[in-house]
Amino acid sequence: MSSPTVRWVVRIGSLTAALVAWQLLTAADVRLWVRFDQLPTAVEVAERFWAAAQTGEYYQDLGSSLGRILAGFALAVVLGVSSGVAIARSTLVHDILQPVFEVVRPIPAIALVPIAILLFPTNEEGIIFITFVASFFPIMVSTRHAVRALPTSWEDAIRTMGGGRRRVLVNVVLPGALPGVFSGLSVGIGVAWICVISAEMISGQFGVGYRTWQSYTVVDYPGVLVGMITIGLLGWLTSASVELAGRRATRWLPREKQS
Amino acid sequence: MIDLRGVRLGYGRTAVLSELDLAVREGEILVVVGPSGCGKSTLLRALAGLLPTSGGEILLDGRPVRGTSAERALVFQDDGLLPWRTVLRNVELPLAIRGAAKAERRARAVEWIEKVGLAGYERRLPRELSGGMRQRVQLARTLAGTPRIVLADEPFGALDAQTRASMQRLLVKVWQAHPTTVVFVTHDVDEALYVGDRIAVLDRSGRVERIVESPFPRVADADTGSVKAEILSALGVMAEAA
Repeated sequence: MSSPTVRWVVRIGSLTAALVAWQLLTAADVRLWVRFDQLPTAVEVAERFWAAAQTGEYYQDLGSSLGRILAGFALAVVLGVSSGVAIARSTLVHDILQPVFEVVRPIPAIALVPIAILLFPTNEEGIIFITFVASFFPIMVSTRHAVRALPTSWEDAIRTMGGGRRRVLVNVVLPGALPGVFSGLSVGIGVAWICVISAEMISGQFGVGYRTWQSYTVVDYPGVLVGMITIGLLGWLTSASVELAGRRATRWLPREKQS
Repeated sequence: MIDLRGVRLGYGRTAVLSELDLAVREGEILVVVGPSGCGKSTLLRALAGLLPTSGGEILLDGRPVRGTSAERALVFQDDGLLPWRTVLRNVELPLAIRGAAKAERRARAVEWIEKVGLAGYERRLPRELSGGMRQRVQLARTLAGTPRIVLADEPFGALDAQTRASMQRLLVKVWQAHPTTVVFVTHDVDEALYVGDRIAVLDRSGRVERIVESPFPRVADADTGSVKAEILSALGVMAEAA
C-alpha cells in the first residue's frame, strides 16, 4: 500500500472484478443453489442503462429523487442542528423535547408512511417528511453529543473575555461542534437516501425508487438493475459530497490518514 | 484590591473550599500553592465569576464579584485556544468581543504576538505549534484583552522543564513591561518563588495555612533555601534537599 497510484489501481481493479464476476456468472447461467440464470447479465444491464440515459424520463426521475432528498435533508440539517444545540445547552429545552424524541426515535422512518399519507395532501410532501424524519435523528443526536463534549476551557475563555451566551454560541459551540455535526450528516444523508427510495417505492410518482419498483412489476429485470445501480451511484455521490464538505469545514482538526 | 472573606465554594453539597480568607494587592503576583485537590482551581473559577460562592463573599474594590467580565481573565493549563482560529484570530478574539474596529484589532494583536516572540506565526493554526508556543499565544491573547486581573491556572504545568523555565522568564518580562495583578496557581514551589511576590500556601481543606513573602521575586537563580523549606513544611512535605 505505497503510492496513491497503486491504491487507485487496486480500487478500480476491485470494481472491475465484481463486474466481470457478475457477467461470467450470469452469462454462463450458473445455478449453485443461488440461481444466476434468472439475473440479467452485466452487458444487458449496461445496454439498458445506455438506452435509459437517452430518455427524458430517466432524468426526470433523477431530478425528483434528488429534489426530495435535498429538501428533506436540508430541513433535517436546520432543525437537527438547532434542536441538538438547544437540548445540549438548556435543561429546560432538554426536558421539553427529549421525552418526545426518545419515543419517536426508535420508529423506523419508513413505518411512518401511513402517517405521512394521512398528514400531507400530496405524496411529494409525505416523502420529504419521511426523509426528514429519517435524517433528523442522527443529526440531532450527534450534534447534541458534540456540543456536550466541548472542552469547558473554550467557553470559559470567551466568558472571561467578556463574551455572553451569543458569543459562546457563535464562536465556540457551533464551530467546535462541527466535526461531530458532520459525522451526523454523513449518517443522516445515508438513511435519507434509503428512505427516499423506499418511500418512492411505496407511494411515489416519478423518482428512481418508483421507477425501479415499476420495472419489477412489469417483469423488466434489466430495468430493475438500472434503477438499483442509479440508486447506488446517487447515494455514493450524495455521501461523498457531505464528506467533502465536512473535510473542507474541519481542516483545523489534527490530520488523520486520509481514506 | 480583591478581598475574599470566609469564602465557601463547592459543587452541589460537597464543599471544596470552606472559610477562605485572602487579600490580593493591586499590581502583585500572588501565587497560590497547595496539595492537589485542595481547591486551587476552584478558587480561580470563583474569582473569574464562573462559579458562584456558596458562602462568604469575594469583593473587588469593595464590590461583590458577580458573573464573568473581561477585567478578570482566566488562563488555562490546556491553553484554551480555539483550534479552528489562526494565532492572529485567537489573539484578536478579546478585542473583537470588546467591539474594537478591525484595523485596531489587527494592529494590537500583531503587537502582542510580537511581544511573546511569535512574529511570523500569525497565520498558523494552534495544532501546528508546540505546547510552549501555544502557551505564548494564550499569554498574548489574555493580555490583548487588557484585563485588570489575570487568573492563571497552572499555565505551565503541562510543559517540559526547559520550556517551563523559558515561559516563566517570558511571563516575568511581559509583566514587568505591563504590570497587572496576577493570581497564579501552581504546585511547583520553585516556580512560585521565582514568579511570585507573595505565596499563599493552602492546606488540604483549602484554608490559607500561611502567606510567605518571596525573598527575591523574579530574580533568577536566587538562593531561596530557607523560604523554600518553610513552604514545603507548610505543605506538609519533608524538606528534601532544600
